[in-house]
Amino acid sequence: MEYLKLIGIVIIILGFAFKLDTIAVVVAAALATGLVSGMSITHVLTILGKGFMDNRMVSLFFLTLPMIGVVESHGLKQAAVNGISKIKNLSAGKIFNLYLAIREITDAMGIALSGQVQFIRPLINPMAQAAASVKKPLTDKQVDLIKARAAATDNFGNFFSQNLFIASSGVLLMSSTMKSLGYTATPANIVLYSIPMAVITFLITAYYNRRFDKQFEV
Amino acid sequence: MNVNNILEIFYVLIGLIMVFASIESFRDKDNSARIGTGLFWLIMGIIFAVGKYLPNLVIGLLIVFVGVLSLLKQIKVGKLKEVNKEIAEKSAKRLGAWLFFPSVVLAIFSILISQFTKLGGQVGIGIASVIALIIAMIISKTDAKTTYHDSERMVRSVGTAGVLPQLLATLGVIFTASGVGDVTSKAISGVFPAGNHLLGVVLYCVAMVIFTMVMGNAFAAFAVITAGIGIPFVVAQGGNPAVVAALGMTSGYCGTLMTPMAANFNSLPVALLEMKDNLGVIKQQYPIALTLLVVQIILMYFLAF
Repeated sequence: MEYLKLIGIVIIILGFAFKLDTIAVVVAAALATGLVSGMSITHVLTILGKGFMDNRMVSLFFLTLPMIGVVESHGLKQAAVNGISKIKNLSAGKIFNLYLAIREITDAMGIALSGQVQFIRPLINPMAQAAASVKKPLTDKQVDLIKARAAATDNFGNFFSQNLFIASSGVLLMSSTMKSLGYTATPANIVLYSIPMAVITFLITAYYNRRFDKQFEV
Repeated sequence: MNVNNILEIFYVLIGLIMVFASIESFRDKDNSARIGTGLFWLIMGIIFAVGKYLPNLVIGLLIVFVGVLSLLKQIKVGKLKEVNKEIAEKSAKRLGAWLFFPSVVLAIFSILISQFTKLGGQVGIGIASVIALIIAMIISKTDAKTTYHDSERMVRSVGTAGVLPQLLATLGVIFTASGVGDVTSKAISGVFPAGNHLLGVVLYCVAMVIFTMVMGNAFAAFAVITAGIGIPFVVAQGGNPAVVAALGMTSGYCGTLMTPMAANFNSLPVALLEMKDNLGVIKQQYPIALTLLVVQIILMYFLAF
């Protein structure tokens, strides 16, 4: 039965969907796929070991961690907060857009800020609420909408610009997976072809956020 | 010295910082799973530093062992020493924007070395990381001991999630060796004929969205959907692999934006911000996610072929 080979895909989908232990799920999927394809257990383990060695490049981002650790313990996040909190006299939408730009640029530099925890809750959400309530007080529903839009803006910026950083785990995973599958995609080329979406996402989100302001103007 | 030998030096360095993480995990008395966690980082350290001299079979066995440790919940991040806020505030005032300088150096040097030397992107990342670390240590006047602790803290904080991408890429090797792509393409081509470029692109991008929504993880979806659909229906038809990868992954992110399965991104903010609507974040995201998906399909169709 040829279709049995798809068991690995089934294991991955179910395992992730049911939130089972991710590492164990992937290892199980690898072993199961090899075994049902008629490989011996030693052969599967050998391919698994060789495959892991050949894909070490995906974990090159570990090399960037010591530097990030050093700047973090010397106030990287505090410096970013100090910078953003200087912003004044902007509408909620403009605050979101400025944050979006900052998020995309820092992401491209490989600075993975935990945006929701470090910036959205303590900084962007209260700033946007203050800005939106200048003309008239906010309803409960509007407060909820601002919170949601602030969180969404962080996700947009984060997702569509993280692949601009050549040593990000995503870029390395793509490059290495393509190599595993028998095709060449260099990290630099993946970064190059990630630029259009980073720009387009910024433009579309910026328009979306500017329209968001209208409901607070009347 | 060829590129692979230089790269091996950087893998040894990665192994070394993983061993730091291992030592500190073993010493972490508050972690109920300190032995397992210490073993996990030790095994990873060994694979990175000296794996080249071990038989592949042994590495395979070690990975299965890590899988079992993880399954038995014996790998835990534990309680890490938090950054000293007072010291951080003070030095943030003193250094200001200079704190971003090492990251800028890292990003720019990696690209420059990869584009303008024969060393390639991977060695570029290695060299740039070391230069950036040295600059960070100089401007912040950090000594070796503090750097050691900053390193082990960062490595331990990523936990098993840090090696998941590499493991997923490895899965691609097994899938290729087993011929998974052939089976899926045969199955799907009964319904959708392979060879139509636009249809292939739509199929791949939409599959990335749907499977990411179900799994809640775009990296995992990328490994299986690229092997099963991306390669036979787009890349094998002449699609540029870098374009297909870049836009395929971000198509997956559109799925992430629309699923409650991606709890870190869509449920965590609901809790953090004390929102009333559990799906509030997703409701703000889906119009943009769907728009971007259409844009990506168009871009992939025109850029890949």
